Amino acid sequence: MKLKGKAWRFKDNVDTDVIIPARYLNTSDPKELASHCMEDIDKEFTKKISAGDIIVAGKNFGCGSSREHAPIAIKNSGISCVIAESFARIFYRNSINMGLPIFESAEASEKIAEGDEIEVDAEAGVIKNITKGEEYKAQPMPEFIQKIIKLGGLMEYVKQEAKK
Amino acid sequence: MPQTITEKILAAHSGNDSVSPGQLIEASVDLAFGNDITAPIAIERFKEAGIGKVFDRDKVLIIPDHFTPNKDIKTAEQTKMMREFAKEQGLTNYFEVGRIGIEHVFIHEQGFALPGMVIVGADSHTCTYGALGAFSTGVGSTDLAAAMALGKLWFKVPESMLFNFSGKLQEYVYGKDLVLYTIGQIGVSGALYRAMEFTGSTIAELSMDSRFSICNMAIEAGGKSGIIAPDKKTEEYVKGVTDKPYKVYSSDKDAEYVEKIDYDASKIEPQVAFPSLPENSKPISEVGNIEIDQAVIGSCTNGRMEDMRTAAAIFRGKKLHPNVRCVILPGTQQIYLQCIEEGIAKILVEAGCSFSTPTCGPCLGGHMGVLAAGEKAISTTNRNFVGRMGDPKSEVYLSNPAVAAASAIAGKIIPPKELK
Ligand code: SF4
Repeated sequence: MKLKGKAWRFKDNVDTDVIIPARYLNTSDPKELASHCMEDIDKEFTKKISAGDIIVAGKNFGCGSSREHAPIAIKNSGISCVIAESFARIFYRNSINMGLPIFESAEASEKIAEGDEIEVDAEAGVIKNITKGEEYKAQPMPEFIQKIIKLGGLMEYVKQEAKK
Repeated sequence: MPQTITEKILAAHSGNDSVSPGQLIEASVDLAFGNDITAPIAIERFKEAGIGKVFDRDKVLIIPDHFTPNKDIKTAEQTKMMREFAKEQGLTNYFEVGRIGIEHVFIHEQGFALPGMVIVGADSHTCTYGALGAFSTGVGSTDLAAAMALGKLWFKVPESMLFNFSGKLQEYVYGKDLVLYTIGQIGVSGALYRAMEFTGSTIAELSMDSRFSICNMAIEAGGKSGIIAPDKKTEEYVKGVTDKPYKVYSSDKDAEYVEKIDYDASKIEPQVAFPSLPENSKPISEVGNIEIDQAVIGSCTNGRMEDMRTAAAIFRGKKLHPNVRCVILPGTQQIYLQCIEEGIAKILVEAGCSFSTPTCGPCLGGHMGVLAAGEKAISTTNRNFVGRMGDPKSEVYLSNPAVAAASAIAGKIIPPKELK
């Protein structure tokens, strides 16, 4: 799986309240949630991004409440993956369970600048910075995680596995 | 490669010789469960996905404990759905109110949780069973649905932190105080993502009940799990509750830890965690004058026999302070019965306590002792977040059962030794 797009930079401790503010939790419609993605940090965020773009953040991305709506909002906004130095534990689980690819790499988090053209090879765990001509390592995603993500989330994966 | 106990269990359950922190694995699950808050959502997900049967009807538990005996119509609907699901699926072990108790006390008491297992529960305090030397962690409802369907789940192998306690405990100090002290030292995110492994001569001396209290609160330091390697006491305990086979793992001597911390347990006083975070713990000698309206003794942290006996020893021949209500919640029906047989129930009722049927009840502000604005409670539960036991303007102080009982008699938070 190859993911490619422009980098959008965020700081440490981006919490789920800014990823998708609680006032929008009265819906579980993915499109509606996506339209408010990151709204409280950057009102224009969803208008500025193009399909495939990548969020690059610092430490503890996704901290705070356990709402599964946060990765749903990011995934459906067109963002192809999130790269961060680290993720909050429940956000990490929820992202994979909702089918949003995420990569931990301190190096990538440090070196990627806003607007850099990035390509991620999920199998190999390699993050390429095309703009800067650099390469960073992340944990490669094991096959079953890639499968969960390709299928669009844990429950789709469960359906497939249960048929076996 | 040298491994920690957590790594060994996860390796054995994922078909690997060894695993390392950060690695993503798919591990088989020996026990999966949910409660009346989380199971209904998991059941919906399970059904939406069109799954016919759970992976193993012996290994899935559905436990009504939070708002039971059904506190309102909504709860009754939720537990009805659980009951029907249990019947449809032919779950071997489904228990009704009156034959059960709080999940994290009931599950180990009945021998469902065993050393060496991988256990997931859709409840954050699933970390409790680490006290038996199992890898046990809380998950979400979607995760539970997946685990019920497949009997496996993905995990990120956690880094391990080692907490080494040595020294003899002071009087009225229990496992609860060690864990409150630890959280006070490292903070509520001090063990984020990590497995907290507890070891040392002090832990070896502790009762199983005290060990359960410690692992129960690993989540309160952000931990993914808490774990204590099995020893003779663990094995005696397990043999006393089941004859099922199990496997004992322990950490290699040169296993790698992200952090190793030594505590001199002999210096630890009974602890009181001030509102509104478990990390606000203070030694009892520094508490000052705090009058209380209510005391709660019980929950999955301190609702076991040791806790009931400790409370009864303090209450024996004494009366509650006239301004204080005290709610006692034994963890399970078996504990409830034992409290009757040992005369504990009589002591508590004579002291003026309300002796409740097993339930989570007031621990999460559900029912059976909710606080009004401005009220203060001392509680042996595990969380003192804003509004946890009732009105957002009420306050919860966390302690062990001896401190809670002594304070209920004094009308303010005091060290138990002052009662003598
Ligand atoms: S007793 Fe409290 S902490 Fe334990 S499971 Fe029940 S609500 Fe949760």
